[in-house]
Amino acid sequence: MSAAVSQTLAQKLIARAAGRSHVAVGEVVTCNVDLAMFHDSSGPRRLKPMLDELGAEIWDKNKVVLVLDHYVPAQDADAQQIVQIARDTAKQWKLPHVIDSEGICHVVLPERGHLKPGMFCVGGDSHSPTGGAFGCYMFGIGATEMLGVCVTGQIWVQVPRTLRMHWSGRLQHGVSAKDMMLHMVGRFGMNGGQYQAVEFAGPAVQALSMAERMTLSNMSAEMGAQAGLIAADETTLNHLRGIGVAPEHLAGAEQWFTDTDADYEQQDFDASTLSPQVAAPHSPANTRDVAEFVDVSPSIAYIGACTGAKLEDLRAAASVLKGQRVAAGVQLMVAPASAREQAQATQEGVMQTLLDAGATVLPNSCGACAGYGATFPEGSTVISTTARNFKGRMGPASVNVYLASPYTVAASALRGRISDAREVFA
Amino acid sequence: MNKRSFDNARVWRLGADVDTDALAPGAYMKHGLEVIGWHCLEAVRTDFASGVREGDVIVAGANFGIGSSREQAAGVLRHLGLAAVIAPSYSGLYFRNAFNLGLLLLTCPDAVKIEEGERVGVSFEGDIPVVIRANGQRLACAPIPEFLMDMVDAGGLLPLLKQRKPA
Repeated sequence: MSAAVSQTLAQKLIARAAGRSHVAVGEVVTCNVDLAMFHDSSGPRRLKPMLDELGAEIWDKNKVVLVLDHYVPAQDADAQQIVQIARDTAKQWKLPHVIDSEGICHVVLPERGHLKPGMFCVGGDSHSPTGGAFGCYMFGIGATEMLGVCVTGQIWVQVPRTLRMHWSGRLQHGVSAKDMMLHMVGRFGMNGGQYQAVEFAGPAVQALSMAERMTLSNMSAEMGAQAGLIAADETTLNHLRGIGVAPEHLAGAEQWFTDTDADYEQQDFDASTLSPQVAAPHSPANTRDVAEFVDVSPSIAYIGACTGAKLEDLRAAASVLKGQRVAAGVQLMVAPASAREQAQATQEGVMQTLLDAGATVLPNSCGACAGYGATFPEGSTVISTTARNFKGRMGPASVNVYLASPYTVAASALRGRISDAREVFA
Repeated sequence: MNKRSFDNARVWRLGADVDTDALAPGAYMKHGLEVIGWHCLEAVRTDFASGVREGDVIVAGANFGIGSSREQAAGVLRHLGLAAVIAPSYSGLYFRNAFNLGLLLLTCPDAVKIEEGERVGVSFEGDIPVVIRANGQRLACAPIPEFLMDMVDAGGLLPLLKQRKPA
């Protein structure tokens, strides 16, 4: 790679995938895809008829991962049929990487070590920027565009501008990556990103665990960004080594960073002054400090989704609820993001703490977040760790969903009104 | 006037931030576009699905199509016969999906001037699409790369791939 041209992390990742020494912002390039992920909803049921129509085959089966997470467990005959198509197609295509009913794609994909720094990946789901937490350029596409990838192994990108979110300081106890993200979405709006690459940096980001970093990258989608990147550091490499990624797959990871004199826009934030954030219905951009919502009394507290029910999210909720029960009239629902994370949470006693607090535990799937299966009843007020609170997304248009961190959702369940977990800890 | 141009299209005027879940509600995603079509935009514009006609256009505020990667949110508008969507900006993911399905999106900074029920035409001057209002006002849109217009002309990526498939 040429040392002469200063580039952002996004430019370096795209240049590598395009087989170029460097790429310029605004230029349209064709990239080779290292990995494509699709799920039961956007995957086989939509791809198979199109591939059959073309008489085409997948360019490299080792580079695709199929995850069944949207319609599992099947709740009716239609869902059963969609799931069956996915399973039958996986067999027929002899797909080597299939993860069936073991958790949400954005969590199980990295869990299995599929994502490594420097990769260029696509996913058949809008929260695919989650891969950016591992130093991958990863973005979401629709089923027809996935068809193009499956046939050619390539995809076009217009090289994005980089918007760098620099977080100094350190989060207070009871404040999390979800709060950072809701704050940024609130400030920049749902298309603040204008399909650029958002990069998260600074001491407060580097202090975050991989799970927390995934929450930042995941919800880059809510800023309209194409990718949400975090340069790999020791935390990344230790995590990947810890889940069994071979050293040769991590060699050279240190080259994937934004040059200090590269051309990017930077915004500065101070993590130490950030309060828990809540997004009011019906937009993640509708965000204000938790203190402004204390008069809201949710009847349902939902801890679920790729961006709100990972092991650390469950631990956060349990730390608030430990030894206590949720308020009368509040239903606490917990859908752990993956079976592995749930098993670990069980081993640690986290699941028991949640059950003792009155939680109902739901399967490891997208659940209510995607709005595809069981949803919330007419007129209900919900506080949720999910990523989106669009009108009608998780049930009838009359459902009001507030988005918040697992700390805030747990504290709100405990008190029966939207609450700041820092008060519970005090 | 070339084959991509059209005129006398009836306008459905929507606000900003129209999301994918409004266009293709999750509860109906198990089904095909004919079912999703009946529920398209029901959370924000209850008269749309029953009133929309072939050749109509949607004129919306900024950030049209924010949210999910579900391409049914673009496919449903093709299914319902919309000639185009005209808005100042789109979700990048929606933009890709729309062209992959052959749905024409026009990026028009002045889209807000267009009114509900108005009739508009679209004409291409080179690669610059221009919206022509009933009062004669001409609103220039952002140019569209030729490779995306190829998908509109072909009816989407799938038919385009079929056309280009070596015999």
